[in-house]
Amino acid sequence: MTTTSTRSAVKVVDLRKSFGDKVVLDHIDLDIAEGTIFSLLGPNGAGKTTTVQILSTLLDADAGDIHVAGFDLKREPDAVRAAMGVTGQFSAVDNLLTGEENLMLMADLHHLDRREGRRRARELLDRFDLVDAAGQMVATYSGGMRRRLDLAMTLIGEPRIIFLDEPTTGLDPRSRRTMWQIIRDLVAAGITVFLTTQNLEEADELADHIAVLDHGRVVAEGTPDELKRRIPGGHAQLYFRDLNALDAAAGVLGEASRDDDALILRVPIDDTPQSLLALLERLDEHALPAERVTIHLPDLDDVFFALTGHPQKG
Amino acid sequence: MNTLPSFMRDSATMLRRDLRHAQRFPLMTISGIGVPVLFLLLFVGVFGDTMRSGLGTAIHAGGHYVDYLTPGILLMTACSSAETTAVNVCTDMSEGIITRFRTMAIARTSVLTGQVLGSLIRTLFSGVLVVAVAFALGFRPTATPIEWIAATGIFALITLALTWLTVAFGLLAKTPAGANSLSLILVVLPFVSSAFVPTGSMPAGVRWFAQNQPFTPVIETLRGLLTGTPSGDSALLAIAWSVGITVLGYAWARALYARSPAH
Repeated sequence: MTTTSTRSAVKVVDLRKSFGDKVVLDHIDLDIAEGTIFSLLGPNGAGKTTTVQILSTLLDADAGDIHVAGFDLKREPDAVRAAMGVTGQFSAVDNLLTGEENLMLMADLHHLDRREGRRRARELLDRFDLVDAAGQMVATYSGGMRRRLDLAMTLIGEPRIIFLDEPTTGLDPRSRRTMWQIIRDLVAAGITVFLTTQNLEEADELADHIAVLDHGRVVAEGTPDELKRRIPGGHAQLYFRDLNALDAAAGVLGEASRDDDALILRVPIDDTPQSLLALLERLDEHALPAERVTIHLPDLDDVFFALTGHPQKG
Repeated sequence: MNTLPSFMRDSATMLRRDLRHAQRFPLMTISGIGVPVLFLLLFVGVFGDTMRSGLGTAIHAGGHYVDYLTPGILLMTACSSAETTAVNVCTDMSEGIITRFRTMAIARTSVLTGQVLGSLIRTLFSGVLVVAVAFALGFRPTATPIEWIAATGIFALITLALTWLTVAFGLLAKTPAGANSLSLILVVLPFVSSAFVPTGSMPAGVRWFAQNQPFTPVIETLRGLLTGTPSGDSALLAIAWSVGITVLGYAWARALYARSPAH
């Protein structure tokens, strides 16, 4: 155990949960420093949502010692509830109210006085670009708008810790970028973010620390760079017209793996332009007649394969 | 800990939410009075004279069948509104916002209390409309202002009881249609009570049931207060039944709401 000067926002020791005889979470340990973004990365069914449900007091754990914001989850659930907020995969908004009414509902439930509630609601509508839609019923909102409102509702209570369960699943690329920026801003303001995702790029972009969850077990943990070092690097696939050309190329580009049937040569590169440029320069230099080049960078499938020895399911 | 003020504050917030929903979808309230008003029109307009001659001394001389029927129709209104509540609660529970409420530091059952209070207000409103229709059909109550207040109180009590019961139905059922089916008992029960005809005119077995089920003392109390018929000890019975059903319904609803939400 290491002693650090930073305090833990979330500390989980030996968390276990089963549904019937199906083990969903198996001896999970987590320690998340205050003011950081932690990402729980894993495929569908890995146990991400169950973890969030337990940490946000929705589900009871079978065993484990859990502290959120310094409070014991079992003994002081209301103190935990007051310190954190959750935005789930399925939007937790009231469809029959307008955006502004949803925010005011949250303000009232946080016992803010009317004026303060209205001030925060207006500020959040503005910050999340929902001012024009404030008076419309949420049932008419787009997916991205609902997700933003959902998060705004979580923020009304000024939580110290926010659980975001797959906040960008189902969003278009632009809304996803917007959500990423919002998450970065939260952490800049000192909030701790617990983020679950199926998307390696997302975890890589945002997280200070990542835990990879598979079949209810943490199979790897570390900073994005640490994890990526354990993953087979990316490669460029070079397609050739015939075996002669493939032979010639293979002779020049030493550390490549070849597929004689498909006439493909796979050359390891990383994700920098320099590494690709170097490869292209060598092709040019030796006048190697590649027909086509495709680039393959490691994705979650590769991470999973490397860390678990089996491909991602679901 | 000052849990009571916080509980009341959260319940009031939830009540505002419920009333806002009702305001957005007035059909919810209106559909609850459709059936009682239809029965009122049907039984008074079509069967009224026949029913009146069959009543004999169950009503004061010169009284019309609508005078006998209206207290029963008021009870049907409470039942019909409660049925709507079951469907509303079941629909609401499937909404993501309920999950959010569960993760917040708010009084646990305040969302249910809000719905119950909202239903109570809607049902009282429906009751006023039904009485207004009855007036138009010739209903002439003899109640003093005090008796009107007492009748309103009895009506509110049985509504509260039925609403907590149907909130539990709404939590128990997996689909709104299921919630509706569970509430069917409330549609049938008024027919086997003194709502339409005196229990004395029923066959022995049915009579025993009709005389001892909760709706009969409630109807007899309302009838006594509004039209001056003798009601004996039915007021005490009505209050006892109402309080009993409220306590049971509340405890049941509370336990159902506390169940693990992740299903």
